[in-house]
Amino acid sequence: MISAILVMAAIGLVLGGILGWASIKFRVQDDPLVEKIDAILPQTQCGQCGFPGCKPYAEAIAKGEADINLCPPGGADGVNRLAELLGVEPKPLGEGLEAKPKSVAVIDENTCIGCTLCIQACPVDAIVGAAKQMHVIVASQCTGCELCLPPCPVDCISMQVIKEDVVNWKWRYPIHMMKRVA
Amino acid sequence: MNPKLFTFNGGVHPAGHKTESCTTPIRSMPLLPKYVVPMRQHIGEPARPVVAVGDRVLRGQMIGAAEGYVSTAVHAPTSGRVVAIEASAVPHPSGLFDLAVVIEADGEDQAIAFQPIDWRSLDPSALRNRMRDMGLAGLGGAVFPSYIKLNPGGQKIHTLILNGAECEPWITCDDRLMRERAPEMLRGIEIMQHALGCSKVIIGIEDNKPEALTAMRAAAPVGIEVVAVPSLYPGGGGKQLTYTLTGVETPTGGRSTDVGIQVFNVGTAYSLYRAVELGEPLISRIVTVTGHIAQPGNFEVRIGTPLTDLIAAAGGMLPGASGEIVGGPMMGFDLMDLAAPVTKAVNCLIIKNPALFPPKPIELSCIRCGECARACPADLQPFEMYWYSRAKNFGHAQSYNLFDCIECGCCSYVCPSHIPLVDYFRFAKSEIWEREREKRAADLARIRHEFKTFRLEREKQEKAEKFAKAAEKSKAAAAGATDAAAPADPDAERKKAILQAALERAQKAKAQVAPQNTENLPPRVQKEIDAIEARRATVEAKTESTPNHE
Amino acid sequence: MENYLLILIGTVFVNNIVMSKILGLCPFMGVSRKLETAISMGAATTFVLTLASGASFLIDTYLLGQDLSYLRTLSFIVVIAGIVGFTEMFIKKTSPVLFRVLGIYLPLITTNCAVLGIPLLNVREQHNFLESLFFGLGGAFGFTLVLVLFAAMRERLEAADVPKPFQGVSIAMITAGLMSLAFMGFAGLIR
Repeated sequence: MISAILVMAAIGLVLGGILGWASIKFRVQDDPLVEKIDAILPQTQCGQCGFPGCKPYAEAIAKGEADINLCPPGGADGVNRLAELLGVEPKPLGEGLEAKPKSVAVIDENTCIGCTLCIQACPVDAIVGAAKQMHVIVASQCTGCELCLPPCPVDCISMQVIKEDVVNWKWRYPIHMMKRVA
Repeated sequence: MNPKLFTFNGGVHPAGHKTESCTTPIRSMPLLPKYVVPMRQHIGEPARPVVAVGDRVLRGQMIGAAEGYVSTAVHAPTSGRVVAIEASAVPHPSGLFDLAVVIEADGEDQAIAFQPIDWRSLDPSALRNRMRDMGLAGLGGAVFPSYIKLNPGGQKIHTLILNGAECEPWITCDDRLMRERAPEMLRGIEIMQHALGCSKVIIGIEDNKPEALTAMRAAAPVGIEVVAVPSLYPGGGGKQLTYTLTGVETPTGGRSTDVGIQVFNVGTAYSLYRAVELGEPLISRIVTVTGHIAQPGNFEVRIGTPLTDLIAAAGGMLPGASGEIVGGPMMGFDLMDLAAPVTKAVNCLIIKNPALFPPKPIELSCIRCGECARACPADLQPFEMYWYSRAKNFGHAQSYNLFDCIECGCCSYVCPSHIPLVDYFRFAKSEIWEREREKRAADLARIRHEFKTFRLEREKQEKAEKFAKAAEKSKAAAAGATDAAAPADPDAERKKAILQAALERAQKAKAQVAPQNTENLPPRVQKEIDAIEARRATVEAKTESTPNHE
Repeated sequence: MENYLLILIGTVFVNNIVMSKILGLCPFMGVSRKLETAISMGAATTFVLTLASGASFLIDTYLLGQDLSYLRTLSFIVVIAGIVGFTEMFIKKTSPVLFRVLGIYLPLITTNCAVLGIPLLNVREQHNFLESLFFGLGGAFGFTLVLVLFAAMRERLEAADVPKPFQGVSIAMITAGLMSLAFMGFAGLIR
């Protein structure tokens, strides 16, 4: 009886010692997983996921506090890639979230009063202008986050869907001709 | 006579159909009333228009300037007036429109003063810069700006290969050019040799063009080898021809320049001769018009000639035509709009009929027979790439070296299940490119967002410091005067009032404008609007509830 | 020497721990979605199993003996849990993504029946220390082999036109069954 207790205690002590040493030796400082998740997110910084930007959302996913299907600009493709990275089942976009066609914001030059409110709202500094001067959105830097729409007091900003042209045109998926047999 | 040749793996022997168009000499086209010159005729950045609507232009005058490194200039094909600079039909598989300069010819065909270049006394780099403004681009089909290819950079080019293989069925424009204008072409080759500083020159021509071989051999000076290569599609692919002639394989993802070899199309050499010795920019090229047409043959066509006019010049389509292919039947694409003009990339126009080009049989399942792998000249495994491209598993497709695929179409040609493999590869490639574009955009956005956060933080700090300093100052001054802060107030009050007024005006305007076009919306749009409104409401609520920072 | 080779080959192919003893099915189905993960899981299990079979032999022979043999299962589990804990920390440090991907299956190596099964079989077969090590190593190799093969097949299946009712785990089960049949072909090769 005593020997049994002694044996188990000895095993426990030795293993405990090893584990204790390992926990000091292999301590993890920061979580590189956040970077990997952040790299998949589209960086629109739109906040549609409920977090104030892509990085906070990535942190929340890494901690397991947020689901992977909350990013509409990333679309189903983004969800799939997150699922692949994290080794979980892909799922459709969350309730009430919908992937929209890619757009850029455009300021109506006639209505803009130059209040600079949109400049402060833009997460990527893609709006140029000064107080009482007309503002202009740099289309190549606009992420289409729509964050500049609500602050505009005169509603002069509209979203324009990016049109397909010769450069961003993609070859279509070849149609399955087998369907015709059925 | 012929040196030792090497045989690449794979390849196919499609019916040649060369005799339809190669028996008659190159014909010229009458002057047309209108030319449409697209600004994007080459790989890379499109040219930037340098003329305005209403301008009078002369033949050979630059109308689009090269923009960026990978770009080249575009010139007016004839004299006349610029009537429009607008999106027009272009020969592109999508059928989408692209920016073009429309020129109404005045019938005089007056040219600018062409200045021949004394290239022998000119430094190669100065020569290249001139070529950039001459609009030279590879005329074999890839239309890569020639001035870049003439720049060996850090790499030493020891061998120049001239590609006269013209392996694709139906096309004979290089064949005719070599037969009729070999001496001029060889002078162009000499210039290339000078620019690249290479010692060895090999001209590769498929052995199904004996007349072209004879003509080139007769014109070639000592030191330039004219080699007959066996007819095997795609023997005219850059990497394949390099291997056939030298036995050197181009590394994966690399160019032939990585192994000290540069490849040019023979048509490009001829255009280079015209540009340098005659001073004439690239405003015309040879185009094969063949297939189901009255008088098939080759035409010397000005860039910008609408394809309808080209067809008319060849006697018009015969009854029963079922479509047009731009380029060859293996690598070309179906033309969407006949109004599209000839560009530097258009080497052939084939009129289809159901007998010559029967509709593609129904696609069946892959039986993994491996025929495609046997036919692949790039030594790839098309069935594996197909398997993953079809499942949209692009990562895996790429791991099978998808980007080494030259889209020659051999796999689709031999597939017993009639699977359009190349279409899947093109699809996968453009999806991967799109992803890379998105990735770049996301990286840019991330950097900008991080900088903005950093900037706001810094501004906050600076403000705090300023306040602290001001507070200290006022504390020091407090002993004397009691209210130092008062003078700042009226100004702020006035600003606030102005802003308030503007807001009220805007609000009024909004109330008047709002009813417009928000009725009878489709439910999807309405939903979107509702979503934005809801978000706006929450944001407004937030801003109201939180105390004002300013 | 020949004896060790036989043990190795026998455990990898003939008496494969997954395919013929039907042990360790939980990670076999759970972590075979991706090839990379399967390889890493195989490596982790190999590490744990080899160490565990050696350590458990020592414990069984020198600490427990005949008198305390009733403590066998208990002490083995404790040892395995300790080694798994160590492996877990090590992987978390070296590859957080792998740590995340292996997820619940990493601590579950503790309760992987293959990992407990092999030390117990060692005792039953009365292997000496080296034999125990080789038996553990061979069993782990066999486990890794089928896991990697299976993952490679599943990756391919993902791109295939599987009829809807069979998609996902059901086709994986069928594949596993066919694999098991194939491994039966080795039966009788070595006693």
